[in-house]
Amino acid sequence: MVSLALKGLGAKYGKHVVLSGVDTDVLAGGVITAVIGPNAAGKSTLFKRIAGLTSGPGTVYLSDTDKGPETICYMPQDTGANAVLTVYESILLAAKQGSSWKVHDRDLTDIDRVLRALRIDDLAFRGLGELSGGQRQLVSIAQALVRKPEVLLMDEPTSALDLFRQIEVLGFMKTLASRSGMAVLIALHDLNHALRYCDNTIVIAGGKMAASGPTADVITQGMLRDIYRVEARIEACSHGKPLVIVDNSII
Amino acid sequence: MTLVLAQSVEEAGGGRYRALAFRRMVLILCLVAALFLSVAVDMALGPANYALSDVLKALFQPASVDDQLRVVIWDIRMPIALMAVTVGASLSVAGAQMQTILANPLASPFTLGISAAASFGAALGLVGGVAIFPVAVHYMVPINAFLMAMVAALFIHFASTMRGVTVETIVLLGIALVFTFNALLSLLEYLASEQALAAVVFWTMGSLTKATWVKVWVTAAILVFAVPLFARRAWALTALRLGDDKAASFGINVRGLRLETMMLVSLLAAIPVSFVGTIGFIGLVGPHIARMLVGEDQRFFLPASLVCGALLLSVTSVVSKTIIPGAILPIGVITALVGVPFFFVLIFSNRRRSW
Repeated sequence: MVSLALKGLGAKYGKHVVLSGVDTDVLAGGVITAVIGPNAAGKSTLFKRIAGLTSGPGTVYLSDTDKGPETICYMPQDTGANAVLTVYESILLAAKQGSSWKVHDRDLTDIDRVLRALRIDDLAFRGLGELSGGQRQLVSIAQALVRKPEVLLMDEPTSALDLFRQIEVLGFMKTLASRSGMAVLIALHDLNHALRYCDNTIVIAGGKMAASGPTADVITQGMLRDIYRVEARIEACSHGKPLVIVDNSII
Repeated sequence: MTLVLAQSVEEAGGGRYRALAFRRMVLILCLVAALFLSVAVDMALGPANYALSDVLKALFQPASVDDQLRVVIWDIRMPIALMAVTVGASLSVAGAQMQTILANPLASPFTLGISAAASFGAALGLVGGVAIFPVAVHYMVPINAFLMAMVAALFIHFASTMRGVTVETIVLLGIALVFTFNALLSLLEYLASEQALAAVVFWTMGSLTKATWVKVWVTAAILVFAVPLFARRAWALTALRLGDDKAASFGINVRGLRLETMMLVSLLAAIPVSFVGTIGFIGLVGPHIARMLVGEDQRFFLPASLVCGALLLSVTSVVSKTIIPGAILPIGVITALVGVPFFFVLIFSNRRRSW
């Protein structure tokens, strides 16, 4: 089980600093950490920095020092690029990067397993260009999972999914993380999902880390007012679980 | 959702994937067979037509045929037929990789200004007698064309290294190059003597008739150098079509891959154009035909593009000899006339996305 910690992490595009001062305690494997914050706060940049796709100050510490950045997988937001590939080929492509041309039976078994796990095996031989936004998002998740990462950074993986699929995917990721010991960081906008599925939460606002810690301690009335500029209450639902109820925006 | 279910590869998608891959390989082999047939027919046709059996005998048992047939096939027609193959293959592979790295279906050596630059270079030699590289005056026209094509390709290459330059910007720069070099070519044509003007017009129409074994080997050598490098990066090049962020997330150095590919593509595009003149259609349409037939997995797309380009130009060479018996029409003129109907049939019969 790999865990990671971020120390003084920042990111720059050219000379322009877009993220700074991200310090966290150990983000353990086996659980999900939510990364929340307003639009353009720096959540995607944080993920790219952790994955080594942008440069900047600070360090990403992995608990297993023998493992390098290749154990970290970043799942970007879907850009809508339409390659003339089937879903199956696009997942094979993710699995085979850096490998030989030869496709082994075990490669295909892994793909079939991921497709079935996400219940998209009926899409396997559809073209990428024929998929809806939500279906594409599920294919992106499959592309990330087939690479068997130990740290998975998912950038808004449920933004195009219907409510049923959102719950299904997040529930699946929680089970997968706990079974495999994978450390999962998910950028989310739905704070109720963060409260329900994520043990820890990091809040990013204006290119800086505003808070981090156990989700129930981080998502508070004060944080919602200061970061999201909304009047909201955190109340217990009929099952006793915390629920964000938004009353008004603050202009 | 369940994480693991036991099922054999054959029962699940794996079996279907294997069948799909097998079909694609068979399709590519059929294209290769068609290419061999087309090359044989190309060598059989000319001022004196030979039976296909005579051509095959001259190829595989040269000692058993008379000297005249052997000389015509080996020394005159084979360099032209193989030039069609190597030039078609080079332009098509160059177009395929340009379309891949620039994520643009209109990218090709022709649309990015490389062919226009080569035409201008050739015209400099034909009209003004200007040798850009004066040591080799004998090869002034092809060397001028090559150097100007490389100038255009390197301009595109270095522009793509600049920070903040997107693939859309590169395509726009390419189009600007087309207009610039076409304007300069028109200026030279306006100033040219009648004889020089005729030479420039003939050169810009593209022709295989000046093919020599040296030109065939040089073009083939660039292919043999570039294609294995592309093949080694097949997974990475395919991933580029999923978008830069996705490709980077797979661990690919997107910028490095794009630059390296652009360098190889520049050579692949510049050399054939400098030898045979402007042949605009192959680099654009060869890859599209391949894409419609086998998709964009570079393990299939790369060989299919290569063979489609070679086949298209070889068939064009055959047609250019048969329209007016005894005369060989400029191949650049015939290319589109042969390829467009075939391309239309593929577009309208293909109900799946092809870009």
